[in-house]
Amino acid sequence: MYDPTVARLTYRALLGRRRALILGALPLLLIVIAAAVRALAGADDQTTVNVLGGFALATMVPIIGVIAGTGAIGPEIDDGSVVYLLSKPLKRPTIIFTKLIVAIAVTMVFSAVPTLVAGLILNGNGQQIAVAYTVAALVASIAYAALFLLLGTVSRHAVVFGLVYALVWEALFGSLVPGARTLSVQQWALAVAHKVAGGDMITSDVGLPTATVLLVVVTVLATWYAGQKLRSLTLAGEE
Amino acid sequence: MTTLSIDHVSRWFGNVVAVNDITMTIGPGVTGLLGPNGAGKSTLINMMAGFLAPSTGSVTLDGQPVWRNERIYRHIGIVPEREAMYDFLTGREFVVANAELHGLGAKAAQKALATVEMEYAQDRRISTYSKGMRQRVKMASALVHDPSLLLLDEPFNGMDPRQRMQLMDLLRRMGDEGRTVLFSSHILEEVEQLARHIEVVVAGRHAASGDFRRIRRLMTDRPHRYLVRSSDDRALAAALIADPSTSGIEVDLAEGALRVQAVDFGRFTALLPRVARDHGIRLHTVSPSDESLESVFSYLVAA
Repeated sequence: MYDPTVARLTYRALLGRRRALILGALPLLLIVIAAAVRALAGADDQTTVNVLGGFALATMVPIIGVIAGTGAIGPEIDDGSVVYLLSKPLKRPTIIFTKLIVAIAVTMVFSAVPTLVAGLILNGNGQQIAVAYTVAALVASIAYAALFLLLGTVSRHAVVFGLVYALVWEALFGSLVPGARTLSVQQWALAVAHKVAGGDMITSDVGLPTATVLLVVVTVLATWYAGQKLRSLTLAGEE
Repeated sequence: MTTLSIDHVSRWFGNVVAVNDITMTIGPGVTGLLGPNGAGKSTLINMMAGFLAPSTGSVTLDGQPVWRNERIYRHIGIVPEREAMYDFLTGREFVVANAELHGLGAKAAQKALATVEMEYAQDRRISTYSKGMRQRVKMASALVHDPSLLLLDEPFNGMDPRQRMQLMDLLRRMGDEGRTVLFSSHILEEVEQLARHIEVVVAGRHAASGDFRRIRRLMTDRPHRYLVRSSDDRALAAALIADPSTSGIEVDLAEGALRVQAVDFGRFTALLPRVARDHGIRLHTVSPSDESLESVFSYLVAA
């Protein structure tokens, strides 16, 4: 199911100079914010929750997910170089699964690690907040990578759609319309974070069982469907 | 023996018919797929390569379907027209990756790089390559698993004459080795130089198939022009014009030759030597003056 050559090509494409800069910018910003908040306001649990929940999980993780998920396959389909993968005796789901693993790994590294670091800076993991949000970021990374990898497979405008989803749906719409929160990766991840932290510092609109089921279903379905789409991917001629 | 069969294949995009009921069989040797830009060549090649499903009809390689059949790529090497090819890799890394995706190793990659004579630049990034170098590395990636069918979409585009000649030599060699090689082109002299067998596609339709000289002859309703030099041009002209197979003769004083227009190819080719012998005229030159692929093609397009 996992092809190391496909993985290597995907890593090198994803971590190319420009994209790596974009991937690194938001985590850096998070850590700078964390350091500034800690220096100005001192260690405070509620502030930690605000920064990690409001910026790290609500904004940074989905955006990193968009860049890594769509970037793992979108550019190759766009410029046509995917033909070098498709013209091989490789099962299409193997290509998708490998790219998913790479997208998950990259999203995790660029979102969960800085979340942990920022959390430690903010309140030194008081009340398990840093660890809870790190776990949430890890969980969200999986679902986002799968969703945006699918988006990258089916649409040429994957980055735009991905950002709209991440920013409008997850950040804005989700906070205004209660029903939308049930269908939000962020809320599912928060349900996991709530379980890890215990207490009422971190809350979610979705119960843990529902969140777990939805996370698994979305990840599996998105990956399966991306594999199907790749099987019948049409490379249009240039005529 | 590898045979690619295209059986009543059509492909439409919305209301536009790109390929219209084409049936052809591509066997070992070099075949040129010829047609003007927009004729449907790339659509056809994409279907042959399994990158596009025919709307109707089937494409098979030795009886195996090509569409949605990944295993078929053990036998097919593809040189796509598009430029993009993981520019951040070096030539060697790119070919090695292609070899690995076939379950092969660096040795196969090295052999392919040697075949296309790209070893000297194999450690440079592809982004620094010229068009011709890219084309050769693409070729190496297509040859790495020793395929029996090679599909090339406009392989000579943007190459300089020397690179073009090198690639032609390589393709000729592949054909001589018994591989089935199909390349597309809209440039007649490329096809003429490389392929004896051609398939002509015009406006999505299969316009002609076979040896290009024979195709030319098949079009009997078209006049054939010959340039003839002999020991007595005027006597020969008088004898030829008496026969209905000849529709016009011009004495070209500057060239010192006859320009003969024949309407019945078979009859004329039998007539000419007989008439010459009967009249004691010695033939110095008999050359078809419009048997270039260019003229074949313009007839086909006009038809």
